[in-house]
Order: sequence, then C-alpha cells, then structure tokens
Amino acid sequence: MLDITPQNIRMWSLLGSCGAFGAAAESVVQENSNIVMLTADLCSFAGLSRFSKMYPDNFFNVGIAEQNMVGVAGGMAKEGLIPFVTTYATFASMRALDQIKVNMGYMKLPVKLVGMTAGLSVGILGATHISIEDIAAIRSIPNICILSPADSLETVKCVEAAVQIAGPVYLRLSGSMNNPPVYKADYDFVAGKAITLKDGEDITIIATGTMVHNSLRAAKLLKEKGISAKVVNMHTLKPLDVDAVKSACSSKMIITVEEHSVIGGLGGAVAEVLAGIEKKPEHLIIGVSDSYKPAGEYKYLLEQYGLLPEQIAEKIEQNYKK
Amino acid sequence: MTNLTELSKQMRTDMLKMAYSVGKTGAHIGPSLSLTEIIAVLYFSVMNFDPKNPQNDSRDRLILSKGHGVMAQYAAMKQLGMITDEVLLTFKKNGSKLSAHPSLNRELGIEFSSGSLGQGLSLGVGCALALKRKKSNSRVFVILGDGECNEGSIWEAAMYASYQKLNNLTVIIDKNNIQYDDFTDNILSMNPLDKKWESFGFETKTVNGHDTEQLIKILNMNAEKPVAVIAETIKGKGVSFMENNPQWHNGILSQELYEKALVEIGGANA
Repeated sequence: MLDITPQNIRMWSLLGSCGAFGAAAESVVQENSNIVMLTADLCSFAGLSRFSKMYPDNFFNVGIAEQNMVGVAGGMAKEGLIPFVTTYATFASMRALDQIKVNMGYMKLPVKLVGMTAGLSVGILGATHISIEDIAAIRSIPNICILSPADSLETVKCVEAAVQIAGPVYLRLSGSMNNPPVYKADYDFVAGKAITLKDGEDITIIATGTMVHNSLRAAKLLKEKGISAKVVNMHTLKPLDVDAVKSACSSKMIITVEEHSVIGGLGGAVAEVLAGIEKKPEHLIIGVSDSYKPAGEYKYLLEQYGLLPEQIAEKIEQNYKK
Repeated sequence: MTNLTELSKQMRTDMLKMAYSVGKTGAHIGPSLSLTEIIAVLYFSVMNFDPKNPQNDSRDRLILSKGHGVMAQYAAMKQLGMITDEVLLTFKKNGSKLSAHPSLNRELGIEFSSGSLGQGLSLGVGCALALKRKKSNSRVFVILGDGECNEGSIWEAAMYASYQKLNNLTVIIDKNNIQYDDFTDNILSMNPLDKKWESFGFETKTVNGHDTEQLIKILNMNAEKPVAVIAETIKGKGVSFMENNPQWHNGILSQELYEKALVEIGGANA
C-alpha cells in the first residue's frame, strides 16, 4: 500500500491521473506478482516508464493494436494473471468494444481496462482523442464495474480496489496533470458506495470524475446565492449506488455533473433509477452536449461545454425553482 | 491406440444427429464436418487432456476461434465420455450449455466463449504468454477458419505472437475455401495464405486436414517459433451433397437428406 501523506497527495496531483496510476501500479505489483501491465505503445503516457524498467516481466507493450491487447489480457486473466490494459480512454473503450463485450462482459474475465485522459483533457488533439462516449458504451455491457475517480488520490484508491474486485473493471481516468485534489487526506473508499462530500438542504449535486471538484466549487458559489447544495462523489458508475440516488430524492432538485456526454453516462444512470421512483424532484443533467466541437485546450473545451464551476452554478441557479 | 478413422466416422454421425435435431433452425454442419479430423487428432492423440479432469493446470489449451464449428468439439466430447447422447441432443436448444457457438465451460474444458470471429488468437497469445511466465510446458492450440483470417485482429495477434517467440502456440487454419456468402476466392481471397503466415513469423506447414497421420506428425513438431498449420480441408467432408458447397455453411437437414447423409458417412469407411 502506498503511504497517503500530504506530500504524496501533492505529488500525485501534480502528475495527474496517469502519473498517479503509474505510482499505484508500482505499489500493487509489490504485493501481488500476478499483476501485469499492458499498453498499446503508450508506456510513458500511461505513467508506466518506471514500472516497465522495474518489472520487465510484468510489463507487455503490444504495439498499436488495441483489439489484440484486450484479447491478450483476456487470455492472461483466464490463466490467473491480473492484467491492467492501458491506452487513451476512447481507444480503450471503443476500438476494442467487441473484445470488451465478449471477454469482460460475457466471459467475465477479470481484465482491468484503464481509459486514460477520459473526457476533454486532450481536446487539443481533436475529437479523435477525447472520450465522451466511453461510459455509455461500457455501461451497456453487463458485468463490468466502472470506477471514475475524482482526483489523483482516488485514482490510487481505485487501482487498489480494482485488484481486489474479482471481476472485470473499467477504470475511467479523467483530468490532466495538475489535477486539483478533492481529498487532502486519507479516507475510506468502498467501490459501489458513493461519498457525500458536503451536506446541503436544498439540492443534491451528484458528480463523477473531475466534475466532483468543479461541483464543490459550484456549491460554494451557490451558497452565496442562498442555495444550499449537497455534493455527492459518485466514484462508481456501475454498480450504481441506488440508495444514494434515493436519498437525494428528499431534496428539491437533483443535478448530475459529468465530463461525458449527457447521453448514457452518470446522468443516464441516475435517470434510470429515478424512472422507478414515484416521488422525485426534477433532475438536471449537466455534461458534454451531444456534439463535437472544434479542437481546443482543456479549459477552453470545458468552457465551450459549460462545465466550469461558475457555469455549473449558473445553470443550476437558472433551473432551480424554490 | 484409438482408431481415428472409426472415431471420425462416429463424430460425423453425431454431428449429423445434432444438425438434424435442430430441425428448420439449421446448423453449421459444413464447417463442423471439415474440422472432424483436426479435432479428433487433437483430443485423442496430440493434446495432453484428461476428460476426467478438464481443469488440470497441466492440460494443453484448445481454443476454437471459429466457434461455429463447435459441433465437432461436442461430438469429440461425447467420444471422450464427457457428455451423454441425451446431452448431445440438447445442442442449440433453449438454455442448453451446448450452444451454437461455444460458451466458456470449465467442466467441459471449453476454454473461452467464441462466435465473434477474429478474437481467439489474441486469447491464445495471452494464454501462451501466461503459461511461459508460469514455466508451464502446456501448449496452446488455436483453430481458425480461413474466412476468419479476413479479420484484422487475427493479424494483430499473429504479429505479437511471433514477436514474443511463442513456440508453445500452434495455430491451425481450417482452410476449407468457403466462407458465409460464397467461396473465399469470390469474397476476399487470402491466398497465398501460407506465405502470409510465414511472413508474419510463423513456422508454416501445409497438410491434408483430413489425413490423421500427417496431422499428428505436424502437430507434434517442435519449433523455435509459433507454428501455423494450414489444414487443407473440404467443407462438408464426408457427405457428397454438402462437400465443397457454400449452401451448407449453415444448412437444414430434411429427413431424406439426413438419412442419405448417414448412409454416406456410415459407408464411407466400411
């Protein structure tokens, strides 16, 4: 286990989710030599440069061939290894989607698929590299647990959890380097159990990934406007913490916030639960609108899609009926 | 030693029974019949496989990537005493474990689910890498169709297998020259298939896929590299009206045709 110290949290945040993933990989392999890391020509990008040198027998670079990578991981998983498969989230989730369905969904082989730079963080590279569809695609496949950490410390926690989970996992890493920390000290992480970060009387904001931090900041701005918001970190998108959604029904409005398409992601998952509940408040889905926008830097794209804290607060304020 | 000719005859008879039992649903009889000797030789001669202990870690792994040929595998399992006649006839019935495409089943030694073409070789490469890591002597056999070799993922896996020098991996290509729609030459010819595998770094051998002696000899060969065996076969082998006929990739057996086929199979080696 990695030491969770203020220094480490600061360092992992600087490195971003990929770097934090790499640090976690070096840690978990020390406790379980059956853990192997695969990548499709993205060793350093995935934060695995040091890992590949320290543990060459546990590292496999398959070249630029994502479908083969997921298949090879399936074979390894059947033979008792714990393979983590790493590449850009968009290629991890969709280039090899049929392999994911058959190997991870249908056969439940315990492959741990890691989608790096999910969301908009690599938007400057164009729509080929952003990943706003991955949750929707993978969530529709049975049997796959989806983890979406809020910051770098939670990324470390999720890697440790993914090793413990007996079945297949999709680990969705959003954000870039210098990832703002949500957690400044150690805390209890249990996959499938949402975490309330801030209590509030009027509304409940349920967020995932990078949008947890932005939602906390939005909640602060809303407080100035006299709206008291509860903020929930939905770090596990599947299986969804249904109780957390049910308890949100006592507030006057539910808002989901995600760096993913408004179709089929966290908003969709929460709406599916709400559909079965008779007395429920209005549900506002905030996320990436159903569109591809011209390429641009991370913050620029977040602004284009209305995902900066001020924009989130404003949208909530506009829609909130007292 | 098992009489492989007699065994193949019984396997073909059971495949016809299975195909007939599903009635108008139809079954992949042609691509199963072409596999008969390959499967027979693997289970009864080449592979280290104990039907009483199909999860034994020291077993050789068999991956039927062209999953639609699975009737040949079920027929072999009956001969191995792993399934009864009764179970055999649950083939392709609602909820049966003997599905139209194989479903992972540890008790039956079905290593992986298949049916979505192009995926089995990557799984085999993963197994072969893991087995090498474990210092295991087990071998991995992956059976592909020649039509299946249209899939790009096969070649991704082939590149990686030879780069990793996986000499514990043997690929057998059931080259029956017919795919779903028509003869492969009329759809997407892969010829020269042997040159392709060779250039991807495989020790490549071409054999008559219905000649059990040749198959045994080649499949027991030691190599420094992964091996590709191009098994030249006849789709629908053993039944005159099915042989080399694209109509029988997936076909429906009437009672009349079924009886005719049984006689031909029974008489073929009498």
